[in-house]
Amino acid sequence: MSSVVELQSLRLALVGTPNCGKTSLFNALTGSRQRVANYPGVTVERKSGTFTTPAGRNVTLIDLPGTYSLRGRSPDEDITRDMVLGRFPNEAPPDLVLCVADSTNLRLTFRLLLELKQTRRPLLLVLNMFDIATRRGVQVDLERLSAELGVPVVTSIAVRKGGTEALLQRTDELVAQHVSAEVENNWKPMTVAELRALQREADRIIAACISLPARPETLTSRIDQVVLHPVAGLLVLVLILFLMFQAVFSWAQPVMELFSDSFAALGQVVHDNLPDGLLQSFLQNGVISGVGSVVVFLPQIVLIFLFILLLEDFGYMARAAFLMDRIMGGAGLHGRAFIPLLSSFACAIPGIMATRVIDNRRDRLTTILIAPLMTCSARIPVYTLIISAFVPAKQIWGWVSLQGLVMFGLYAAGILSALAVSFVIKLTMWRDYEPAPFMLELPDYKLPRLRSVAIGVYTRAKMFLQRAGTTIFSMMVLIWFLASFPRPPAGATEPDINYSLASMIGHALEPLLAPLGFNWQIAVALIPGMAAREVAIAALGTVYAIEGGKEAAEQIGQVLASKWSLATALSILAWYIFAPQCASTLAVIRRETGSWRWVAVSFTYMMTLAYFASMATYQIARGLGAG
Amino acid sequence: MLGNARRGFCGTVHAIEAQDVTSTLHPTELESRLIELGFVEGARIEVLHEGIIGRDPIAVRVDNNTVAVRRREAMAVVLG
Repeated sequence: MSSVVELQSLRLALVGTPNCGKTSLFNALTGSRQRVANYPGVTVERKSGTFTTPAGRNVTLIDLPGTYSLRGRSPDEDITRDMVLGRFPNEAPPDLVLCVADSTNLRLTFRLLLELKQTRRPLLLVLNMFDIATRRGVQVDLERLSAELGVPVVTSIAVRKGGTEALLQRTDELVAQHVSAEVENNWKPMTVAELRALQREADRIIAACISLPARPETLTSRIDQVVLHPVAGLLVLVLILFLMFQAVFSWAQPVMELFSDSFAALGQVVHDNLPDGLLQSFLQNGVISGVGSVVVFLPQIVLIFLFILLLEDFGYMARAAFLMDRIMGGAGLHGRAFIPLLSSFACAIPGIMATRVIDNRRDRLTTILIAPLMTCSARIPVYTLIISAFVPAKQIWGWVSLQGLVMFGLYAAGILSALAVSFVIKLTMWRDYEPAPFMLELPDYKLPRLRSVAIGVYTRAKMFLQRAGTTIFSMMVLIWFLASFPRPPAGATEPDINYSLASMIGHALEPLLAPLGFNWQIAVALIPGMAAREVAIAALGTVYAIEGGKEAAEQIGQVLASKWSLATALSILAWYIFAPQCASTLAVIRRETGSWRWVAVSFTYMMTLAYFASMATYQIARGLGAG
Repeated sequence: MLGNARRGFCGTVHAIEAQDVTSTLHPTELESRLIELGFVEGARIEVLHEGIIGRDPIAVRVDNNTVAVRRREAMAVVLG
């Protein structure tokens, strides 16, 4: 055999049940050399990475979605099956399939392994988390196991340095034997009887080769006594949520301010060093503030993913879904939608990205569609400004602040409308659809491994900046263009934006928006507000020709209070609850669903809701004498 | 039926009968999924936890793993 053949590059695939430690093994093998993409035409994430074996082979490792069988009950599981069977067009089947098992919990993986064996693809069983199993007193007769299963077996400790050496070495050996393992396979979905037979066979092999400790692990059941308790469990959940909120709203704040100050300072440097004109405006208002308005969300995104990955690794996410399943089920939401929706209170972008924990496509789409209705942090500046300008700062019933009550009402309106929309989606769009039953394993608790979590957070952050960044950036440039062209004529007295395309669009929209109580200035401000909701405030400042300064926000409030009626102000608040105001969110929906169709659906339904909610608010308020 | 079992119940799986269960899943699919989660004849069962609304869903120890299911689907598990 020539050395060229020996050193050809390889494709390996990781297969395993959910919670088997597949991802931490993937992270241990590939480190940060990972790529996340989508499989063509589906929303399933395709994770691949590279590493080099001791013999010097370059390996591309594909992390396939977790599954209990090859039947393919969801798009994710179809991917796993098709990849293992080599059914993907333009993709060769993997040279070796690594079946990953959690050594503390082998029963279900062994059944999957026996099913994989029938595909006659080259297989290697990896007993992962072997250290934990040994510590718990699990003893495995590896030679006998390999003989009974008819599959080579290695042990690994993904989280320890050197814990994957045996795996790498064995891979080299196996691949040397299997260089041209082009086997035809006649795999068919299993009947129920075959499934049973395989589970029996798996149980027999376990009984023959593995001695389980006399006393089972009790830490998990002791924790679950509290965490899954109907009352105490919900309290724990609320506590965790509270901590997450604190982290995202308070702890992220200094870093976010640092980011936005730096970008503002950078913009100022450009402003001071370039002559007034198009280039200056493009760099300062288009590029720097455009990119800045995206990057500023990074600390929140990193924190949310840190929490989510920690909770996932710890084994808590399945428990949160268990606790929330019936509570959310009434609105047609799956228990797993809980965390993504919660994240959306910080920003819909990480929330929508977090919907990946929902394995059913339609449940995931429903969650993505309603996530932007959760009151994100970018609405807060707008709400605060309008409330402080129009709602009197008085106490009602002696102790409740009226302003705070209105704020609470806006949050509640967001949540209630999200639930209502989800309910309507359940009734209309998915009528033919069978809701995913709630059946999942509650894995034993495990200490999260920091390196693996860090790699996960890093991958998400990179993806956010790269993918969403490019789309968002191009939208920012478009919005800057609308607000800047054509240039004002010589000797113009009004602000530049009043001569721009944005202003023309604003005037054109005015008749349409009149029933909502919006004047053309508001319509103009809503256009740059598409970039990021809070930008609308600065834009209102510009159109009302307020000279900026430290007290600009207060001044805007005063000017608005004198120029708008209360009905208009309330109408804007209603608009902000629903309107698909933020281009970044739409870009992320595009990225996560893989199609513009869902962007169009979200945009249309939210715009419709916003329009009618505002109109109703305005007309009713006017009817009550607030016009 | 596991679907009616209360917290603290211990027993073994006698059979899986998905035919008359009002799940949204096809009976064969439901049966397959239950088997894949470890519900095979003879498996030891213990109901560990119940949800807050309608005591649903339930967390069940099946031999060495813990599984969460809704009572509706658990009606297919006949206990011995």
